[in-house]
Amino acid sequence: MREVDYNTIVDSVARLCMEANYFLGDDVVKVLNRALEKEESETGKDILGQLLKNAEIAKTEKIPICQDCGFAVVFLEMGEDTHVKGNIINAINDGVKKGYTEGYLRKSIVSDPVKGKNTGDNTPAIVHTTIVPGDKIKITVAPKGGGSENMSEVKMMKPADGIEGVKNFVIDRVTRSSSNPCPPTVIGVGIGGTFEYVAFLAKKALLRDIGQRNPDPFYADVERELLEKINNLGIGPMGLGGRVTALDVFIEVHPRHIASFPVAVNTNCHAARHKTTII
Amino acid sequence: MPEFIKIKTPLSDEDVQSLKIGDSVLITGKIYTARDAAHKRLIDLIEKGESLPLDLKGQIIYYVGPAPTKPGYVIGPAGPTTSGRCDPYTPVLLSLGLKGMIGKGVRSKEVREAMKKHKAVYFAATGGAAALISKNIKAVKIIAYEDLGPEAIRELEVENFPVIVANDAHGDDLYEEGAKKYRK
Ligand code: SF4
Repeated sequence: MREVDYNTIVDSVARLCMEANYFLGDDVVKVLNRALEKEESETGKDILGQLLKNAEIAKTEKIPICQDCGFAVVFLEMGEDTHVKGNIINAINDGVKKGYTEGYLRKSIVSDPVKGKNTGDNTPAIVHTTIVPGDKIKITVAPKGGGSENMSEVKMMKPADGIEGVKNFVIDRVTRSSSNPCPPTVIGVGIGGTFEYVAFLAKKALLRDIGQRNPDPFYADVERELLEKINNLGIGPMGLGGRVTALDVFIEVHPRHIASFPVAVNTNCHAARHKTTII
Repeated sequence: MPEFIKIKTPLSDEDVQSLKIGDSVLITGKIYTARDAAHKRLIDLIEKGESLPLDLKGQIIYYVGPAPTKPGYVIGPAGPTTSGRCDPYTPVLLSLGLKGMIGKGVRSKEVREAMKKHKAVYFAATGGAAALISKNIKAVKIIAYEDLGPEAIRELEVENFPVIVANDAHGDDLYEEGAKKYRK
């Protein structure tokens, strides 16, 4: 059994919170540059140019890309031969607190959904834990903005709706989201599992780097087709019209019950933040 | 590069009426921040017949809740938040002389009608370009509701603050027109 120190987790999580908020992924920068070439609308080009300049400023000055520094969503892969002295969930929350406070990140979490006040340190984090073989701990911090999260949805479809039903639902969801999630967006789609698991799949899909296709050629084709259809909607950067509405579409699937066909769309903005470390 | 129209606050009816959807505009002067929580308090005061902490005539409200200010900075990253949350309160503010709003995302039919009636303009700023936008903010002063933290009403001194006219005083809507133009 490998022992990992509590503070190692705290410091790693704090660093990931800051890095995710300051440094837009190279994959996103690359695709924004390509989008700038593809965009036909002058307004759209202006906006895409601003997003690229913004990323550059945030990176050099170490300030957040967006004022909404997100809900700290943490994906934890815990090697079964590892042990953290103290409680790992507490360590993650202490890391979030440290990262958001020392990193000048905005705190956006309300303690109780109805009666609450701002917790003041952006905790608690949402932690998704998986137990894996080995003695390593893999932590991904994916801060999630509210504007795009609000444009997400789960639908319990009928098995007979099939893949065409999924496509229609995704296109309909993106159409209704219009300008709200700060397009260009990244779209995560979950298919299968149960009501709660399909939403997790859609969230997990957002951890992929731009351009990384589903390993199953069938779903990879659907991803390509959906991206093209979304970009033909004309919504464009910030919803003001243009060729580039989404930067990518990622599908994650899971076995389902014979009677159910859950589908989820989790919308992300260009600030597709996620940083990973292995301890 | 689009051609920029430069405007100074406060805005006159003529300023507002000269702007058309799709115009790229650079704003200089004082603008005021308020999100839905601050809007609600303003409306409560109006309903009670009390005076407001700011005179809305000719002014622009920016829907924003900035990130904390790093030492040595004027303000933290300060990009637009979703305007729709302020829609229920906006027509009343427009009737009191508010001339402009900056935010992101579509407005309700009621807001668009009130804009036409009272001659006002809605500007879209680039959501997610918060670090860049903060560079155009030169001074910040809290003028009301400090207890709301990032949602307090602040007076911002801005210089060449970049926005796009999304809804004009003539009733045109770039969200609708733009998507129609590029739909395949
Ligand atoms: S949707 Fe994304 S880019 Fe837009 S304000 Fe929210 S976090 Fe920022």
